[in-house]
Amino acid sequence: MLRYLLEKEFKQILRNKMLPRFILLFPCMALLVFPLAANFEVRHLSLGIVDCDRSPYSSRLARKLAASTLFRLEELSSDYAKALKEIELDRADIVLEIPAGFERRLVEGEPVELMISANSVNGAKGGLGSAYLGSLVSDFSSELRSELGNSPAGNLAPSFSILTLYRYNPRLEYPVYMVPALMVMLLAMLCGFLPALNIVGEKESGTIEQMNVTPVRRLPFILSKLIPYWVIGFIALTICFGVARLVYGLAPEGSFLVIYLFASVFVLALSGFGLVISNYAKTIQQAMFMMFFFVITFVLMSGLYTPVASMPDWAQAVSRLFPLRYFMAVMRLVYLKGSGLGDLLVPLAALLGFAAFFNGWAVLSYRKKS
Amino acid sequence: MKAIEAQSLTKSFGDFVAVDRISFSVEEGEIFGFLGANGAGKTTAMRMLCGLSKPSSGFGWVAGLDIGRQSEKVKASIGYMSQKFALYDDLTVRENIRLYAGIYGLPDRLIAGKTDGLLAGLGFGEERETFVRDLPLGWKQKLAFSVAIVHEPRIVFLDEPTGGVDPATRRRFWELIYQAAERGITVFVTTHYMDEAEYCDRVSIMVDGRIAALDEPAELKRSLGAASMDEVFRLIARGAKRGGE
Repeated sequence: MLRYLLEKEFKQILRNKMLPRFILLFPCMALLVFPLAANFEVRHLSLGIVDCDRSPYSSRLARKLAASTLFRLEELSSDYAKALKEIELDRADIVLEIPAGFERRLVEGEPVELMISANSVNGAKGGLGSAYLGSLVSDFSSELRSELGNSPAGNLAPSFSILTLYRYNPRLEYPVYMVPALMVMLLAMLCGFLPALNIVGEKESGTIEQMNVTPVRRLPFILSKLIPYWVIGFIALTICFGVARLVYGLAPEGSFLVIYLFASVFVLALSGFGLVISNYAKTIQQAMFMMFFFVITFVLMSGLYTPVASMPDWAQAVSRLFPLRYFMAVMRLVYLKGSGLGDLLVPLAALLGFAAFFNGWAVLSYRKKS
Repeated sequence: MKAIEAQSLTKSFGDFVAVDRISFSVEEGEIFGFLGANGAGKTTAMRMLCGLSKPSSGFGWVAGLDIGRQSEKVKASIGYMSQKFALYDDLTVRENIRLYAGIYGLPDRLIAGKTDGLLAGLGFGEERETFVRDLPLGWKQKLAFSVAIVHEPRIVFLDEPTGGVDPATRRRFWELIYQAAERGITVFVTTHYMDEAEYCDRVSIMVDGRIAALDEPAELKRSLGAASMDEVFRLIARGAKRGGE
C-alpha cells in the first residue's frame, strides 16, 4: 500500500511547477546570501583621531592605527567637540582622543589616559571596535616601552600582553560560524513546512476525504508524507555541502557520515512536527501561521545568531525543548571542531527522542473520522 | 443480511441536531435513493455510514459491520464518491485508478488489466494519460464513480454524483449505476434531481434531519395522489424549517 502512496507523492512533487526548482534554489540562495549579508564581522570602522599633542609619538600612534585593516582613518583633528559631532552625524564609528602632553608623560613614565568614544547604535561595532582599538593602543604602549628600555619609571604599567588564540575558527570568519548553522535552518524550513502544507492542501482540495474513506492505515499514510521530504532533505543538504566547499572552502573537520546520520534523525523530527501541525490546522493559512510561529521560535532559540551559552539560564533551559538547538550545535561541532559520533551521543539521543515524539503524535492525531 | 441498516442514528453538532434518530434498512442489490432538501442531513447521514463521521448516538451496520466499532473494516467493503470531486488533479486518469486500486489491495498484475477494462467501459481509451484536471466535469464524475467501485465493493455510496451537468450527461451516468447494480453492487445515492429519484428501487425523503417518507417511487406517488416524484417531494418537504435555497 505504501508503494502506491509514495509513487503518488513523488509524482505530485515532481510535477509541481515550483517545488523542485525551489528545493534546488533555496539552499544555494540561503548559503550564498545570508552569510554575506548578515555579517557581524567588524572591519573598516571609520576612526576619528583627536590629536591634542601633535608630537612625533602621537602621530606614530595615529599612523599605526591607520595602517590597521580594522580601521579607516577618516578624520584627524585637534578638536574633540568636532570629532564627536562626526559620531553624532553617523560619519565616524569611533573616536580616539590623545591628550596634550602625551609624549612628555610617556617619556617621563607618567600614566597616560586616552579616551575612546564609540558609536554604539550598532552594539557589535561599538563594543568590538573599542576593544580592538584598546588592544592596538596597548600594543603601541608595549612597543614604546621596549624601545625606551629601562626608562626611569619602567613600572608604569604591568608589562604583560594578552595573546588571543581562537581555536576552531582561527580567523574568526563569520561564514565559517554561520554556514553550518544555516544548513540546519534550511533543513528545518524545507522539511518542516512542506509536509505540513501538503496534508492541509489535501484537506482544502477535498482529496483527503477520498483517502479517508479507504481502508488505508494511518502509519503508511503518514510515512508516505514523510519519506519524500526526507529524500528532499538529503538532496538539499548535499547541495549545501557543495556550496560550502566551493564558495567558502569549508569542509567539515569531522565526518560527512555523522552529519548525514544526524540530518536523517533531525529531518524526521521536524517533518513529524510539521505533520502534527497539519493534523490540527484546517486551512493552509492556519498551518502557515502556526509553522511560522514555531519555526521562528525554534530558530531564534537555537543559537543561530545568539550562542545558546550566552543566553540567560531560563532561555537555555527553554532551548532544550527545541530540536534545532541540538542539531545546530552538532553541525558546528562536526564542521569546526571535528567531533565524532562518540562525543555527540547526548544530542543524538535528544533528536531521536524528538523524532519519536513528534511522529508518534502525528500518527495518533491523524483522524480519519470527525 | 441487509446491506445497510440504521437504528436511531443521530448526529448533533452542539445544539444542532443534523441527523435525528433515523432508522431504515437497504436490501442487497437495491438502488436506494436518499432524498432531501439542502441541509436536511443527507450528507451527514451518509458520512456516518461510510465511517467518516462518528455517530453521536444510535447504531448502524454496513455490510453486516458495526459502523461505530468496525469502521475501518466497513471501509474495505464500500466505495464512496463525494459531492466534491476528490481525485488527484495532478495525476493522470490511469494513475488515479492505479493509486486507488493499489490502496484497496488489488495485486499489481491485476491493476493494469482492471484499468484497461475500466477505461474501455467508460470510452476513455484516448484519455488514459490525460491529467484529471483537464477532463470535463461529466467525465470526472464518471471516473470518480469508476474509482469508487474499482475494488468491486458490496455497497457504493454516491453523494450527489451528478451535480452541475446537463440531463444527457446525467442519463449516461445513471447507465453506469445500473451496470454496477446488475453486478450486485448495492447503490446508496443522494440527489435532488427528482427525475433521478424515479430510477431508484426505493427512496427515502429526509426533512429536517428525520426520514419523512420511505417507499417505492410508484407507491409514494399513489399514496399521495401525485403525478410525479417532483410533486411528491414538494408535498412532503413543504413543512421543512431548515435548508432550502
